[in-house]
Amino acid sequence: MDDLRDLYQEVIFDHNKNPRNFRKMEDADRQIDGFNPLCGDRLTLYIKLDGDKIVDASFQGQGCAISTASASLMTDIVKGMTEAEAEDLFDKFHKMATGEKVETEELGKLAVLAGVCEYPARVKCATLPWHTLDALLKGSEEPVTTE
Amino acid sequence: MNKVPKKTRAYDVEKIRLDFPVLDQQIRGKQLVYLDNAATSQKPKVVIDSIVDYYQKDNSNIHRGVHTLSERATLSYENARKKVQQFLNASSDKEIIFTRGATEAINLIANSFRESLKKGDEILISAMEHHANIVPWQIVCEKTGAVLKVAPINLEGELILDEFEALLSSRTKLVAISHMSNALGSINPIKTLIDLVHQRNIPILIDGAQSIPHIEVDVQALDCEFYVFSGHKLYAPTGIGALYGKMEALEKLSPYQSGGDMIRQVTFEKTEYNKIPYKFEAGTPNISGTIGLGAAIDYINTIGINAIAKHEEVLLDYAMQKVANIEQLRVIGTAKKKGAILSFVLDGIHPHDIGTILDSQGVAVRAGHHCAMPVMDFFKVPATARASFAMYNTHQEVDAFVESIEKLIEMFG
Repeated sequence: MDDLRDLYQEVIFDHNKNPRNFRKMEDADRQIDGFNPLCGDRLTLYIKLDGDKIVDASFQGQGCAISTASASLMTDIVKGMTEAEAEDLFDKFHKMATGEKVETEELGKLAVLAGVCEYPARVKCATLPWHTLDALLKGSEEPVTTE
Repeated sequence: MNKVPKKTRAYDVEKIRLDFPVLDQQIRGKQLVYLDNAATSQKPKVVIDSIVDYYQKDNSNIHRGVHTLSERATLSYENARKKVQQFLNASSDKEIIFTRGATEAINLIANSFRESLKKGDEILISAMEHHANIVPWQIVCEKTGAVLKVAPINLEGELILDEFEALLSSRTKLVAISHMSNALGSINPIKTLIDLVHQRNIPILIDGAQSIPHIEVDVQALDCEFYVFSGHKLYAPTGIGALYGKMEALEKLSPYQSGGDMIRQVTFEKTEYNKIPYKFEAGTPNISGTIGLGAAIDYINTIGINAIAKHEEVLLDYAMQKVANIEQLRVIGTAKKKGAILSFVLDGIHPHDIGTILDSQGVAVRAGHHCAMPVMDFFKVPATARASFAMYNTHQEVDAFVESIEKLIEMFG
């Protein structure tokens, strides 16, 4: 169970139970669906932009604790970022989740998901919201899948 | 080859466990509790040895060459066919065609059957099928204009017999249905289904991928046209399985794949096909896997499929009783006739979290949609966690499984 605490930290349980920004955004500028066909996790991601600045982000959907917490943390942290800053953070987060070396300070709260790299089957749970955001920022309207 | 074990021999699960080397290991510091048998079963040492022996002593191609190794390999391969024949009680070993597994066997029938289908014809499956018994028929229907019909299930996960019967008509050209559901554990009353279908002169394929390690199968008594299964769920290696086909049904089918071994004579003008079963076994087959399958059947026969079934039934009952005390747990699939599968969801806890956290306790279960997305949709769940039992599982393992669920619930608060 001790090892497991690296993956399932209290912060993750908290975000799973009370996900932040878990709502439909009626006046979203962009929205897109993300889907993990392997496990059936799906989410809809919404953002509101002011120029290239993300002024609001929210999501809805169903997923495991890891993907729900990841989406919750992500929508919180990207608020106020420019699109380029969010893309840069995606890159860092992806590196962390797949076990590449990355400065955890730069990831802030997202570092609680670092443990996922020890669980290869679960990496996609953590990265699904981010891949979905990446596609959204790139202007895609096609649903995103992790496969 | 005698299927009936000596009546005096008690079922000794601890002795059986010693035959499976993989079971003796720690996972994340805990004793492995392997409950993912419906995905694939573990292999007894005799099966592993049979593969090693073949490669170390007899490796050669079959049905060609007159040298000793080739003769030995051919004999072992054909002996495995006889073992499968006897295991299914087929009337002839010619009715056994080796495939990569149940999936390939269904694809073989779907492809070979396609020529006889025309627009408006119907194929009937059920709502509890694995994707392997859905997608090949969808493709066939797309290509021929035939229509795929789906017999519904009830909330217990049982086939609704009346509705199944009502869907049979003069347009129905084939029925393909599982003997036992992989996602729910439900066992279909296949003898009844076969009789209903035969009253209308329709052929029927039974997908035995899940049932084969749990239920004694007698294809002559069942009288089905086709019965398919995968070896790897029957304690045999992956990549080998079999299609049983009634001879007169096989004779109506065109070849599936073409190449060496499936021909009698080839000129550039014309090819004459080999006789059944070789007509359906193109190319060099999975010889070691086939020998491993034969060894697995021999091993099962030393214990007895009915003794195994009894053991698993007792385990499932025990597990069902224990999980009934867990308030947050809902069993998906509560058919009256059910095999050794316990599919479940927990309130507020996603199956993937269940899978990972149980793994940290050494307990291996499957989490996901089980290649049966329509079943998940029907029960309005994205996925389930599934514990499935085999001949080597114990009551203590069920206890460990239930304890790990209790810990998990505590952890999630």
